[in-house]
Amino acid sequence: FTIYEDPAAYRNVLAKIYGGLSLTGQVGPDGDQDVLGIDEGTSSYLRTYWYMQDGTTEMALWIWNDPGIPELQTNSWTPSNEINMGMYSRIFYQITLANEFIRESAPGRLQDRGFNQTQQNEIALYRAEARFLRALSYYHAMDFYRSVPFVTEDDLVGAFLPDQISTQDLFDYIESELLELEDLLVEPLQNVYGRIDKAAVWMLLAKLYLNAEVYIGTAKYTETITYAKKVIDSPYELESNYERLFMADNDQAKGIIFPVVADGINAQTWGGVTMIACSSWASDMNAQAFGINPWGGNRARRQLIEKFPDYSGETDQRAMFFTQDRIMSAEVIAEFSNGFSVMKYKNIDINGIPGSNIEHLDIDFPLFRIADAYLMLAEAVLRGGSGASSSDALAAVNAIRDRAFGDESGRILASELTLEFILDERAREFYWEAYRRTDLVRFGKYTSADYLWEWKGGIYEGRELPNHFNWFPIPASDMAANPNLRQSGY
Amino acid sequence: QQRTVTGLVVDSQSGESIPGATVMVQGTQRGTVTSTDGDFSILATNEDVLRISYIGYESRFVSVGERSHLIIELKLETFSFDEVVVIGYGQVRRDDATGALVSVSSRDFNRGAITSPQELIAGRVSGVQITSAGGAPGSGAAIRIRGGSSLSASNEPLIVIDGVPVDNDGVSGMRNPLSTINPSDIESFTVLKDASATAIYGSRASNGVIIITTRSGQHGKIRFNYDANVSVGIKTNQIEVFDAEEYRQVIYDRFGENSNAANLLGNSRTNWQDEIFQTAIGHDHNFSMAGAYMDVPYRFSVGYSDQSGLLKTSDMKRYTASMNLTPTFFDDHLKVTLSLRGMFNENRFAPTGAIGNAILYDPTKPVFDENSPYGGYTTWMDGDRPASFSPVNPVAQLNQRDDTSEVFRSIGSAKFDYRFHFLPELVATLNLGYDYSNTDGTVVIPENAAFAYRRAADGTDISGEHRVYTQDRKNQLLDFYLNYNRDLPTIQSRIDLMGGYSWQHFWREDYVHATSINRQYLIAPERTIPTENYLVSFFGRMNYSLMERYLLTLTVRHDGTSRFSKDNRFGTFPSLAAAWRINQESFLQNSSVVSNLRLRLGYGVTGQQYITSDNYPYLARYSLSQSTARYRFGDDWVTMARPSGYDANLKWEETTTYNVGVDFGFYNERINGSIELYHRETTDLINEIPVAAGTNFTNILLTNVGSLENRGVEFNLNLRPVVTSDLFWETGFNFTYNKNEITKLTVVDDPGYQGAYTGVISGGTGNYAKIHSVGKPANSFFVYQQVYDENKMPIAGLYGDRNGDGEITIDDRYHFHSSAPKFLLGLSSRVEYKDWDFSFAGRASIGNFVYNDFAASNANYRYTYSNTYIQNLPKSVLDTNFESQELLSDFYVRDASFFRMDNISLGYRFADLINQNSSLRLSITVQNVFVITDYEGLDPEVFNGMDINVYPRPTTFLLGVNLEF
Repeated sequence: FTIYEDPAAYRNVLAKIYGGLSLTGQVGPDGDQDVLGIDEGTSSYLRTYWYMQDGTTEMALWIWNDPGIPELQTNSWTPSNEINMGMYSRIFYQITLANEFIRESAPGRLQDRGFNQTQQNEIALYRAEARFLRALSYYHAMDFYRSVPFVTEDDLVGAFLPDQISTQDLFDYIESELLELEDLLVEPLQNVYGRIDKAAVWMLLAKLYLNAEVYIGTAKYTETITYAKKVIDSPYELESNYERLFMADNDQAKGIIFPVVADGINAQTWGGVTMIACSSWASDMNAQAFGINPWGGNRARRQLIEKFPDYSGETDQRAMFFTQDRIMSAEVIAEFSNGFSVMKYKNIDINGIPGSNIEHLDIDFPLFRIADAYLMLAEAVLRGGSGASSSDALAAVNAIRDRAFGDESGRILASELTLEFILDERAREFYWEAYRRTDLVRFGKYTSADYLWEWKGGIYEGRELPNHFNWFPIPASDMAANPNLRQSGY
Repeated sequence: QQRTVTGLVVDSQSGESIPGATVMVQGTQRGTVTSTDGDFSILATNEDVLRISYIGYESRFVSVGERSHLIIELKLETFSFDEVVVIGYGQVRRDDATGALVSVSSRDFNRGAITSPQELIAGRVSGVQITSAGGAPGSGAAIRIRGGSSLSASNEPLIVIDGVPVDNDGVSGMRNPLSTINPSDIESFTVLKDASATAIYGSRASNGVIIITTRSGQHGKIRFNYDANVSVGIKTNQIEVFDAEEYRQVIYDRFGENSNAANLLGNSRTNWQDEIFQTAIGHDHNFSMAGAYMDVPYRFSVGYSDQSGLLKTSDMKRYTASMNLTPTFFDDHLKVTLSLRGMFNENRFAPTGAIGNAILYDPTKPVFDENSPYGGYTTWMDGDRPASFSPVNPVAQLNQRDDTSEVFRSIGSAKFDYRFHFLPELVATLNLGYDYSNTDGTVVIPENAAFAYRRAADGTDISGEHRVYTQDRKNQLLDFYLNYNRDLPTIQSRIDLMGGYSWQHFWREDYVHATSINRQYLIAPERTIPTENYLVSFFGRMNYSLMERYLLTLTVRHDGTSRFSKDNRFGTFPSLAAAWRINQESFLQNSSVVSNLRLRLGYGVTGQQYITSDNYPYLARYSLSQSTARYRFGDDWVTMARPSGYDANLKWEETTTYNVGVDFGFYNERINGSIELYHRETTDLINEIPVAAGTNFTNILLTNVGSLENRGVEFNLNLRPVVTSDLFWETGFNFTYNKNEITKLTVVDDPGYQGAYTGVISGGTGNYAKIHSVGKPANSFFVYQQVYDENKMPIAGLYGDRNGDGEITIDDRYHFHSSAPKFLLGLSSRVEYKDWDFSFAGRASIGNFVYNDFAASNANYRYTYSNTYIQNLPKSVLDTNFESQELLSDFYVRDASFFRMDNISLGYRFADLINQNSSLRLSITVQNVFVITDYEGLDPEVFNGMDINVYPRPTTFLLGVNLEF
C-alpha cells in the first residue's frame, strides 16, 4: 500500500514540497523536524537562504553567536559550517521530495492506479509544479555550490552514492526543465494563491540567464531580456505601495509572482519572515504595535544605509530604518544599537491591524516579484543584450523609482543609468529579500577589494576575500558520506 | 523425658568445627553455645527440635529423635555451594555457572528511602553504573553495564521481572518505569554481564540483562512482616548567587544609580532558592504475609509510600499489592508459580526549570506583589503583558503548574513446570506473562499564570494550559521450553539441555491533547498514536559438566523482530563458555587455604534491536502534518504529507564479547571475589549519520554504520574478617575500569570528518558541547581551549589556536575528556554485634567530566539588564568576569570525580519479642550522607555530563521499624 493509491494524497504531498520552502517540520513551529543536525527554527529553507544571501553581505549583521552565524557574517566559513549544511540539506531535501513525487505521478503510474482523466490532468499539473520546485532548488544549488551531486526521479530512494554534475551540465538541465515547463504550467495569475504559474518559470529563466556568465562563462543577456519582458508584459503589475509588499496582508498585494506562504495560525515557523522581521525589531521600537515579538538580533550594516542618500524615508520611501538610540556604524558586533534597525517587514495589515500571532508572522515572503524583472531587463540591456532598447531600460528603472518616491522626483537620466547604479538600486529595492550575494557575485564585487563593507572578511574595515568565496563549500558531512564528490577551492 | 544430648557443629564444606554457634531448643528458653571445639551439650527430649544458628551460616532445625550425639553441618549462608542462581530461562548451580553474573540479594541492598528499585544495587556490582536522574521522588535512573555498547540506540540493559522481559520504553507519566515496583517485594537482582550469560536473550542482550526476582512464600508457619519508615530529606547545597545587597551593588556598579536598570530594583530581600525548596518528608509502609495454606505456599503484600520532593509541590504516592502462589500438583510433578502485582501511582511533577529561575530572579523583589494580575506573584512586565525572555517567578512556576499523573500498572505471570512422570529428567515449562499499564496525566495552568501568557489571533489573551495525556500499554509474553537434566555417572558427567520458543508482543497507544485553559486555543492537537512490535525467538542451551571440574556452556538464540524488514528480520546469536574449577583438582582439593578457584572463558555475540522508539524504522511512511503546519493553496490550508527517511536494510547491532574471569575464595570463603577482563566490540552500530545528499528523505539517517569497543577490568572482593558468635563483620569492595573508543563512524573513512555532535546545550541555538569521533570515547567533550591571564583568570573569547593557522575558528575545538567515568569503585560494609547491626555503602566515580551548562549560560553579565527586566546571576561569574557567554570554553568542562557515601545505617533487633518467631528491628539510616568532590556545581553526579537544572539529591534521615511475627 502506498499513499499514492489515493488521488487526493497528491495534493498533500505537493503541499509538503511547497511548504518545505518555509516550514521546518510536521508540527509547526517546531517538532518532528525535516532536516536534522541543526536547530529546527534555523533549519528553515528561507532562513538559511537569507543568512547566506544577505547575512554574508553588507545587508545585515546578527548580534548573536548561534552556530554558523559568526563565520558566515565575517566571510570565514569552512565546510563544517552548520548553516551552510542546513541550506545544502534543505536544497537536497526538496529535490528528493520532488523526485519521489515526480516518479509517483508519472502518467503510466496514474493510469495503472485507475485514476480518471480529470484526476490525471490535475496531478499532471501538480507534477509540473513539482518539477519547477526541483529546478528552483537546483538553481539555488548551482548559485551556492556550482557543482553538486545530481539525482532525478530515475534514482530510487536508498543507499547509493550520487555522482557530481558539472556546472555546465547542471545549467543545461535546469534550462531544459524550465523550457519544457513553460508549456505545462498555467497562464499567469490563473493558479490559486500560493501555487506558481508560467511567470515563475520566466522569472527563473531570466535569473538563470542573467547570471549565466558567472555559472558557465557564457553571456545570455538577450535571453534574459526575452523572459524578463514576458514577465513585464504579463498580467502581473507593480504594486503601487512598496510598503505593502512586506505586510501581513501582502497576499493582497500585486506583483508578487512567487510568495512563500507563512501564517501565524496555520503555517507556523521560526524561519522565513518570522526570523527576518522578529530579529530586526527590538523592544524599544514599539514592536507589539506592529504585531511583532521583537528578538533584537539583526540590523543593517553601514554600507546598506549609505545606499540611500536620504535614509530618513521621506524621499525614497523604501528606506525604512529605525535610527533613534542607534549609531550608523556597527563597530561592536554584539551591540544591537550599533547599526540602524530595519522596519521593512511589518506584521500589520493595510489598516494597521496586527497579524494573527505575535510569535509567528502572517507575512508571506516575496521570493519573486515583478520589480526584479524590470531591473533585470535594464541590467541586461546595459550588459549588451538585445531585444530591448536603452530607453526601455531607463523606463524600467524609473518605473521602480517612481514607486519608491511616490512621484517623479526620483527619476534618473539616461546618463545616470550605469551598471553601478543598477547594483545600488537593487540594494535599495531588494534589501533584506535575500538577493544580495548573487548580485554582488555577478558584479564581481563579492570577494574583490574594490568593494568593502563592515566586517567583510572578519575585520571592521573589510578586506578582500579569496576567489573561492564566490561559492560555498559542499558541507563536510556530505563529503564524508559521498566519496564521489570533489570539493572546489576549500 | 529430658536427657542430655551432645553434639558437634561443623562447617559443611571443610568439616571444621564451628565454635560459638547457638543451639536452642525450639519453643523453650533453653539454649547453649558451642565450645571452642564446636561441641555442645543440652537437655532435650526425643520430640524436641533443635535450632542451630551461627552468623554467616544458614540456620538449621534438627529433630533430636533417638540419637544421643548429633553431628550438625552448617552451610555458609551466601556462598553455599548448592545455591542456585537465576539465569535466563532457568537456573544454574552457582558452582556450574560459566558466565559473568552477579547476584545481589535483599540482605545486601542499599538502605534508605528508596523508591526506585535500581538504587537498591547502586555501587554494589562492579561494571554496573547506576545514575539517578536527580533527587525527585521515584526519579529515574540510567543503568550502564560495561560502558554501553551503542551510540544512538538504547544503552539500557534488558530488565526481566519474574521471567517477563519488560518494555524498554518508559511508562508515560512516570519518572521511572521501575518505580512502579515496590522495592520491598524484591528478593534479588541478578546482573548478567558477559555474552555467555546474556546471549540467551539474543537481540536484546548487548547491554546486559538484569533479572529481578520477587519474593514468594515458603512452606512453614505463617509469617507476618511489617516494615515502615519515616524520612526527612534536606537540601545541603545551593548555587551561590548575589544576595539583595550585593546584587544592588552589581547593578549600581554596572549601570549607575539612576539608570533604567537601577530603577527596576525592588526593596525586598528574597532568597529565591529558599522559596522553592522544602524539607522532603516521606513515609513508607509495607505489610506482608507469607506461609502455606493447604500446602500451597503464598505470599501477599501491600505497600504504601508517600514521598514529597525537595522541590516544592513534587510528590509521589504509591500503592502496591502483590500475590505469589506456588502450588504443586501430582507429587510435585507439576509446579505452578503464580505471580500477580498491581501498582497505583499518583505523581505530581515540579518543573525543574524553577531551579534556574530561582537563581536568576532578582533578589530585591518579593515573591508576592498584591498588584500583580498574575496570581499575585511578582512578574516582570513589558507594558501590559509579561516581559518576553525574562526570568519567571519560580514560586509561581511551581504553584501554578499543576502537573499530575495517575498510573496503574500490573505485571503478572503464570509459570507451569511439569516434570514428566515417565521421564523425570525432563521438565517442560510454560510461562505466560503480561505487563499492562495505564496512564492518565493532566497539566493545568491557570489563565493568570504569567509564564504561560499567550495571545490569540484576535488579540485576546488565551493563556494557561489544559493538557491531557494518556497511555495504554499491553505487552504479552509466551515462553515454552523443555529442560533435560541428567547425571551420567559412568562417564562422570552431568548434562543439562534446554530448548524453547518465546513470543512477545508489545503494544502501546499514546494520546495527547492540549489547549489554552479556556479551551479556545489549540496548543497540541488531539493525537492518538498506536504502535506495536513483535519478537519471536527460538533458543537453546547446553551445560555440560565433566568430573565436577570442567564445565562447558553453549547457547544460541535465533531472534526475529518485526522492527526490521523481512530480509533482516532474523538473526542468530551464539555463545560459548568454559570453566575450570581448579580447586577441584587433586592438588587443591584438600587445601585448607583455597576454598574456591575457578577460571572462566567466554565468547558470544549479542544484539541490540531496540534502536529507536519507532517500531517501523525500515518502512517508507508518510505522515500528515499538524494543523499548525499546513500550506496555503488558494483558500485552503492543505495538510502536508511527508515521507520519512528510512533504511530498508536496517538491522540490529552486534556485539561480540570476550570475557576472562577468575573466581577465588580463600579460608573457607572468608576472602572471596572475582576478577574479570573483557573486550566488547559492537559492529553495525546503529548510528545517525549524514546520508549522501539526494538519496533519502532525510539528511541524517538511522542506519548501521560504524563500530565501537569497550575494554575493561572488574574486580570484586568480599571479606569476612571477623566471624564469631557475637561479632560478624563483612565488607565488600568492587572496582571497575572501562575504556570506550569509537573505531568507525562513516561509510567512507574521511579524516576531515570530525564526527557527530551530541550534547545540546542551553546557550544560544543549536550548540553542542560533545561529539562522537573516531578514535575517541563516545560523548567526548568538544570545546575550545581557554587561555588564562597571569592571574589565572580566563580571558573572554581567547582560545588556544590549536591548529596553528593564526585564527580561532571552529577547527580549533578539541576533544577534552568524556562524561563517562574511567573508574568506578564501590565500598560497603556490615557489622553485626549481638543484636546490633551497622552498615554503610559508598561509591566513587573517577574521571567523569561534566559540562556546567548552567554556569556557561548564566555566569556572565550579558543578561543582567535587558530593557524591561534585570536578572541575577551565579556568583561564579566572579571566577571569570565574562561579559557575555563563552559557551564552548573548556573552562566549563570540569572534573566531576566524586565519592558519595550513599547510606549509613544502624539497627537494633529485639529478638523473641512475643515468642521466638517474632522480632522487632529499629533502625536509623542516613542516606546520601556526604559527597566529596572538586566539582563546583550542585552535584557532580550528572548522567551524560550535562549539568542543566539538576534536581538536587536530598540528604535523608530515616527512622525505620521492622516487625516480624
